[in-house]
Amino acid sequence: MATAAPAPKVNHIGLPILEYRGGKSTLCAGCGHNAISERIIDAMFQMGVEPERVMKMSGIGCSSKSPAYFMSRSHAFNSVHGRMPSVSTGAILGNHTMTTIGVSGDGDTASIGMGQFVHMMRRNLPMIYIIEDNGVYGLTKGQFSATADLGSKLKTGVVNDLPAIDTCALAIQLGATFVGRSFSGDKKQLLSMLKAAIAHKGTVMLDVISPCVTFNDHEGSTKSYKFMQDNDEPINEVDFVASFDEIEVDYGSGEVYEVEMHDGSNMRLHKLHEDYDPTDKSNAVRTLMEAAQNEEVLTGVFYINTGKPTFIDLLNIVDEPLGTLPESLTRPPKSALDGLMASLQ
Amino acid sequence: MATSNLALGEVQSATSTRPRVINDFSINVATVNGSGSQSANSVLLKSIFGMGVPVSGKNLFPSNIAGLPTWYTIRASKDGYVARTRDAEVLVAINPETARQDVLALPNGGVAIYEENLNLKQYRDDIAFYPVPFDKITAAICPEAKLRKLVKNMVYVGAVAQILKIDLAVVENGLRKQFAKKVKVFELNFGAVKAGWDYAESTFTKQDPYFIERMDKTAGKIIIDGNAACGMGAVFAGVTVVAWYPITPSTSVVEATTDLLKKFRVTPEGKATFAVVQAEDELAAIGMVLGAGWSGARSMTATSGPGISLMAEFSGLGYYAEIPGVIFDVQRTGPSTGLPTRTSQADLLSTVFLSHGDTKHIVLLPGNVKECFEFGYSAFDLAERIQTPIFVLSDLDLGMNNWMSEKFEYPDKPLDRGKVLTAEDLERLGGFARYRDVDGDAIGWRTLPGTMHPKGAYFTRGTGHNDAAVYSEKPEDYVENMDRLARKFDNARKLVPAPVTVKNGTSKIGILAFGTSDFAIRESLDQMKKQYGQDVDYMRIRAYPFAHEIHDFVASHERVYVVEQNRDAQLESLLKLDLPAEQVAKLRSILHFNGLPLDAETVTEEFATKEGFSGISASHVEDVEVHQGAVAS
Repeated sequence: MATAAPAPKVNHIGLPILEYRGGKSTLCAGCGHNAISERIIDAMFQMGVEPERVMKMSGIGCSSKSPAYFMSRSHAFNSVHGRMPSVSTGAILGNHTMTTIGVSGDGDTASIGMGQFVHMMRRNLPMIYIIEDNGVYGLTKGQFSATADLGSKLKTGVVNDLPAIDTCALAIQLGATFVGRSFSGDKKQLLSMLKAAIAHKGTVMLDVISPCVTFNDHEGSTKSYKFMQDNDEPINEVDFVASFDEIEVDYGSGEVYEVEMHDGSNMRLHKLHEDYDPTDKSNAVRTLMEAAQNEEVLTGVFYINTGKPTFIDLLNIVDEPLGTLPESLTRPPKSALDGLMASLQ
Repeated sequence: MATSNLALGEVQSATSTRPRVINDFSINVATVNGSGSQSANSVLLKSIFGMGVPVSGKNLFPSNIAGLPTWYTIRASKDGYVARTRDAEVLVAINPETARQDVLALPNGGVAIYEENLNLKQYRDDIAFYPVPFDKITAAICPEAKLRKLVKNMVYVGAVAQILKIDLAVVENGLRKQFAKKVKVFELNFGAVKAGWDYAESTFTKQDPYFIERMDKTAGKIIIDGNAACGMGAVFAGVTVVAWYPITPSTSVVEATTDLLKKFRVTPEGKATFAVVQAEDELAAIGMVLGAGWSGARSMTATSGPGISLMAEFSGLGYYAEIPGVIFDVQRTGPSTGLPTRTSQADLLSTVFLSHGDTKHIVLLPGNVKECFEFGYSAFDLAERIQTPIFVLSDLDLGMNNWMSEKFEYPDKPLDRGKVLTAEDLERLGGFARYRDVDGDAIGWRTLPGTMHPKGAYFTRGTGHNDAAVYSEKPEDYVENMDRLARKFDNARKLVPAPVTVKNGTSKIGILAFGTSDFAIRESLDQMKKQYGQDVDYMRIRAYPFAHEIHDFVASHERVYVVEQNRDAQLESLLKLDLPAEQVAKLRSILHFNGLPLDAETVTEEFATKEGFSGISASHVEDVEVHQGAVAS
């Protein structure tokens, strides 16, 4: 007699983690992007997000392939290089009740996609925008991207002589309401940030340093595993308590910055930098600029604003998804046309 | 130079012998861009319409906010012709910069109504002169200096109406309607009309033969511009997402759409059942359209040639990934530093083949404002039914000018939302394959994000997938995709608007055309008959891919003239790709591409030359001689 296998561990909506998995990754073994996919799976599972309520968006590049490697039960759109923000904007306007996660890369965002990126940040479109940032173009075999640090070296010995674009500073300045940076190798920090991101209403911009094991994980690269392990300097430690979790521990108030998220969850930021206030926009930008001058890589949540209206709020859209509104609500009646015709006579 | 008084006397005697010209002439109002003459011209147009006389108006304006010359021509035509004419018989000269050129352009026996100071009598003596002190009259009735520029325009409306014998009550009615809720504005404007009228009535005796007389040819008709009609079509298609970037001459499509959405699509709770987004550029606009189409919304954008080129990459993705969306292209002439405020039909080829690889698009070609409305809503049905971007190619002439039309009819069919599976369907079917041709129409079933079924999702990408939307680079999968897309496109021949057979009698000669060329061709057909005794057949194409009727039309004629408003014979090129080789040799081109709308004479003359009719008709010869004589004197 065979004994029944033990029931798999399920989350609070009754799904096992298996239901959050995707297809097999075709990225290089050890690629930071795979670790990020794993954390997305963990975060969505732990937050009990229904996979069918998620839209996975991406542009073009190694990073943008990764939505195929997590959450197969979610709709996905692998769109056009640098244009994921506009496709996401449209998709969200069609159905703003979804949880939307976009995965982009440093080339897809900071070079070809810069125009759409800045306008999406400005609109505070409710979605999570992740940059899988390795400072290099992988699919075209290793050219510098615009987030490569000044002075960093390619495998071929080419030195980058242009300054890096700090996508976090930019996102904060432009109007994103949850901005942070993490490292694909930092499981705990990234997972907490992703869970808080899921609870946030507005644009979440996470720049995740994700070493490219093939083209940019060597001496001289500032986006290598080694460099990040040596130079990663968290400004805060992120804890996240979901709305359905029991709060077990109380932190000392002097050390902790608590943020109540839109769904009633709590994000707790343990301050590591003195006087760091993540709701102070100009301080956040200043901190990032100073870090760049000191050649430090800061990680953590730099900025959060839970009070700003989202793009959907501004458009004052009905609660139901626009895409599936019935004809009775979208096609004006015959009397409307008759009235218009009379006014044109 | 003869004295002006003598000239006037001569004209009076000359014109008194001329027969009256009733309801068959054009008025050219020459003003300065930004002077607010648009609403005055509209009042004049609607007054003629109110007299029951078929009328059309065209705004010829520069790419400029204020200061450069602009002309507005109004054609009254008892026969219902609405195409541009080469000459306007009546000139309203307000712009000092162009006044000389404008008055010299008048035909012999024409009319000049003009600002007194311009002293146009110095230039010729074979026309009727009506000098009006517009500024003095305006100053007297409008104490507020900053309003005078606008009020002055209404003064010329009054003077023109009096001289052409338009009923003052009709003008008053039109004005009252235009300023329905603004009594004070109406009073100020009508005061100005009346002042112009009174001045003309007390000062002039009628010296010219041009009259507007009451007819009954506009009863039940409406006046609207094509862009407003497109917007109206979109709203009655239940559009929910509009993303756009401003570009002349398409901007008013979105403005009209937005106005109507605000009027009809706000719930009692004050919430919008729509979203209008001014995007950062055309790339973003089309990206939003496709994103919204993918998540189930009826989405649209409006643009013109330069915007179309920017939308190229996304349009290809829309074709390959099979995503609905509607793109209105109001065609203009060339790049932003071309002639952006002039009309053309030159985006046809670039739109049909917009993007990479083997992309080809379905293009609808409205030929009048009623079709702007009808195609405006049916484009959304087609986009969702065929799962592809649909382009609606209007042009500046149609889009930005006022046209008389039959009333628009309410759509007789419910919205066609295409092949979309619900969670219940998936439960019943046990799953689905996004790109599998299960119905034999080459169109797969799709699902929308938020479909609450574990097998409801699929991964959207270009063509690198098998029929279950799973990543694949297998040659056979790619070929299968491409073949199915080709079949789908071919099937669309039967789904798009069929061509209109305007005339198909016994002639060996046929004409094929699309869009606004129709106005000139209809008039030209009468000219061909009258001047050359040729009863030519005519079919108007209304969509690409071409319906089989178009093949039949070519097959049943010996020679087919393809008339279009571009340099490279773009419609003819598409026909050549589509027709059997032995039919291609039958095609001949008549092209017009100077930025002005096509006129009937151009078509007729080209036709006559190509058909080898020797010389020109007697009546025509006489006209030319008279005109030349006038210029010489």
